[in-house]
Amino acid sequence: MRVPPAWPLVLLAACHSSTAVTLDFWGLGREGEVVAQLVPEFERENPGVRVRVQQIPWTAAHEKLLTAYVGRSTPDVAQLGNTWVPEFVALGALLPLDSAIARSRVVHPADYFTGIWATNVVDRAVYGVPWYVDTRILFYRRDLLAQAGFAAPPRSWAEWLRAMAALKARDGPHRWPIYVPTNEWQPIVTLALQAGSPILKDTAQYGAFTDPPFRRAFDFYADLYTRGYAPRVGITEVGNIYQEFARGTYAMWITGPWNIGEFRRRLPPNQQKIWATAPMPGPEGAASGVGLAGGSSLVVYRASRHQAEAWKLVEYLSRVDLEERFYRLSGDLPARRDAWRDPVLAADAAARAFYEQLERVVPTPPVPEWELIATRIFDYGEQAIRGGVPRDTALARLEREVNQILARRRWLLARNAARAAAPAGGGR
Amino acid sequence: MRRRWASVALHAVLVVGAALSLFPLLWMVSGSLMSTGEANSFPPRLLPHHATLAHYAALFTQLDVGRYFLNSVIVAGFATAVSLFINSLAGYALAKLEFRGRERLFRILVAGLVIPAQVAMLPLFLLLRSLGLVNTYLGAMIPAMATIFGVFLIRQYVLSVPDDLLDAARMDGASEFRIYWSVVLPVIRPILATLAIFTFLSTWNDFLWPLVILSDNAKYTLPVALAGLSGEHVQDTELMLAGSVVTVLPVLAVFIGLQRFYVAGILAGSTKG
Amino acid sequence: MMPGGRTQARAAWLFLTPALIFIGVFFFLPVIAGLALSLTNFDIYAIGHPENVQFAGLANYRAMVHTDLFWTALENTLYFAFVGAPLSVLVALGAALLVNSRLTRWPAFFRTAYFAPFVTTLVAVAVVWKYLYHPRYGLLDAGLAALGVHPVDWLGDPRWAMPAIILVAVWRSFGYNMLIFIAGLQRIPAELYEAAELDGAGSWARLRHVTLPQLAPTFLFVGVITAIGFFQLFAEPYVMTGGGPLKSTLSMVLYMYEEGFRWWRLGSAAAIAFSLFVLVLAITLIQLRLERERTS
Repeated sequence: MRVPPAWPLVLLAACHSSTAVTLDFWGLGREGEVVAQLVPEFERENPGVRVRVQQIPWTAAHEKLLTAYVGRSTPDVAQLGNTWVPEFVALGALLPLDSAIARSRVVHPADYFTGIWATNVVDRAVYGVPWYVDTRILFYRRDLLAQAGFAAPPRSWAEWLRAMAALKARDGPHRWPIYVPTNEWQPIVTLALQAGSPILKDTAQYGAFTDPPFRRAFDFYADLYTRGYAPRVGITEVGNIYQEFARGTYAMWITGPWNIGEFRRRLPPNQQKIWATAPMPGPEGAASGVGLAGGSSLVVYRASRHQAEAWKLVEYLSRVDLEERFYRLSGDLPARRDAWRDPVLAADAAARAFYEQLERVVPTPPVPEWELIATRIFDYGEQAIRGGVPRDTALARLEREVNQILARRRWLLARNAARAAAPAGGGR
Repeated sequence: MRRRWASVALHAVLVVGAALSLFPLLWMVSGSLMSTGEANSFPPRLLPHHATLAHYAALFTQLDVGRYFLNSVIVAGFATAVSLFINSLAGYALAKLEFRGRERLFRILVAGLVIPAQVAMLPLFLLLRSLGLVNTYLGAMIPAMATIFGVFLIRQYVLSVPDDLLDAARMDGASEFRIYWSVVLPVIRPILATLAIFTFLSTWNDFLWPLVILSDNAKYTLPVALAGLSGEHVQDTELMLAGSVVTVLPVLAVFIGLQRFYVAGILAGSTKG
Repeated sequence: MMPGGRTQARAAWLFLTPALIFIGVFFFLPVIAGLALSLTNFDIYAIGHPENVQFAGLANYRAMVHTDLFWTALENTLYFAFVGAPLSVLVALGAALLVNSRLTRWPAFFRTAYFAPFVTTLVAVAVVWKYLYHPRYGLLDAGLAALGVHPVDWLGDPRWAMPAIILVAVWRSFGYNMLIFIAGLQRIPAELYEAAELDGAGSWARLRHVTLPQLAPTFLFVGVITAIGFFQLFAEPYVMTGGGPLKSTLSMVLYMYEEGFRWWRLGSAAAIAFSLFVLVLAITLIQLRLERERTS
């Protein structure tokens, strides 16, 4: 299905310039709060266009976005977690942006981190422009690590295990070398991608959880708990993680870039030197330490009645100077490489590890069911870690359920393949 | 003497029970007046050091709670008014008007009381979507505007209205609607008050349906907004407690002021007619 | 039929129409549609492209029965209802007996105090209780610590999360049941008590031989109504635990909500909703049967 080019809409918009156009923009979490500060200048540059920013908490974001789509009350532009892009494309909710990007003087695919840009491409069409990136890396207490005999952060799984063993030996039973909440999918999936697992195989039609690469990663992950390196707790069970990190209860934490700002804000000034960031250790060393290509994209909804203005807003926010300003306001890392030349960002030692990691990121399987599958991955993981279920059983159950979840996808793919194979009535 | 002791023991237990029952609500108020971080201190505090209204100010100025309050008032108020009219009409008809199939209709309706509302929720959402009522105040009100329970409550009460009153009015040539409006309604005022309170309280407190049907921040009712805020601001205990107070205060006020009717209504509903 | 019966019939249908339209279109119709939905594979693919919907027969129900999460949700819901409801009823009975006693002064105050939790907004009190249950800063563990009991991570421990939610539910609901019991107590004829006193029965004996037997029908009614209400558990786990930890507080309605409004597997969610309906219906029919047997 081809989407009409943007030019007629631009003309239409010009004809209607006397009436003010109001764009609805939905931002998620803190970014939603921050973007409201960037909007006035856009309105000044585009007289006649008003932007109404609505902020949605992350905890309800996925549900809200889907409910809004089903209820036909979607905004014009939205921030979308990039793992959700395939889902919304499958719904037919998003406008393909290829023609707009081809004509744009601001947005060029080559400017963006390759792995990040790839998350927005579905069936060779582009549906979103990366806004900021999110990948999980190691935050660690460099002083505790040094005391345990490690002057530099670990770069390989073997070294990592040695470092954690040394930390555990020093600190005893009430302190933990690493904090990995049991109800997060990102650590498991990161390790699996590093071990070479595709997570979903056969063009994402079946789960690959009982295959050796995933099993190897899962063993590594589960061993963290059985060896006593990580506490068996979920996200909400730690009182104040920042206080605990400062106290040394945890020496390492796999988490994302927003915590650079949180650490700076919540830890006292005299404790700012003791923490640092490092790219993820890989099974065979630094180069194999791939990470998740996470982050958020800016998308335009097909149902928008102001597609031209909506694209203008996306373009505006994608400008290098706006990406830099956005970074300074939110601490979120830009998706454009050239925005990293911003002096504050370039000088930020903590962000440097992210830059290095971003050159080695891999997208998650681009299936609409990803959010559900990711949730089930840690659900069954928790069963093995906290529920006493043997690992084989947990992984087998996970694979069985994911295969059942993907049944629809298999049916649709088979049906589309059959249609493409059979001669179409009337020819093409 | 024995009576004295028994009385003291009895009242002691009653007071302890009341304290336990009210304690979470009292702490809710106390915590909302504490300064930031005080409610999360160790060991936990019962009373604020210096009471402050800063969190209430923040709620209304930064977090737009006034708007959510207004939304709740609109949705609950409107739904109550409409439901009073529609339910009383139907309840009166089922109780006092003669027509074929009356008892069977009533039995079908009562059977519907068994069905949990959640069964209807998903298809109802899809139905309202095709009617374009998603994310509207009307959509939020619709499940409350006519309920089997409301019709049932009114019908049970109207049964006790003397038939002579109605016959006399008919003899005077009054139309059926006139009889309903001028004769019956004034007489059943107590149950109307009860139903009004029930509907207002249940609509005000409703959480799942507004969560599903309203996607615009600006239209959120208080419970939905509170749940959303509590996800984002989980570290800001005092602020959340203040939000809870703002949500709970109106219903508590309505209840305490009108508890005579509310209690009577529950008791009326509990006797099977 | 009375004279003027036709006028009445016409008026009756006129009066009934608004309510019947609302109830029919916005309640009964969706319920039937829900049943139909549960027989299809309506999901997120179908919303954008309706041609993807297929009739699936009982496939959703079969899949549901083979899903561990469904049984977990069912077990949790039954646990909650069959522990919580009797608890709520017992506490309510105790409160009713105390408030209704002849010796009690200011019964209205106590009645209000015990009833107040019921009136409050569930989300608001869930937020409050979430803070009260905090293992370090919450007052419950502080109180337990004062008694020398080790602090419990109420909402973080899979063994204690459901009991914690049961406590909140009992706290909220016992006031309502208390009122019904008070009404029942006040309906017991005074002569029965007088006769018992004349026979030399003390307070305990009077309780056992007069009060409780007289209250038996109310008992059943209240117990079943409360259990049915408890089957619809949603807001407390949604706000306080999100169904965790380890899915120990996942209720049927929460599971249905997630299937329907988070993952948009509407066929599957409708099947869950219908299972809930069947459960409630079964309990209600059992109650009616017991009622009938008792009164016959």
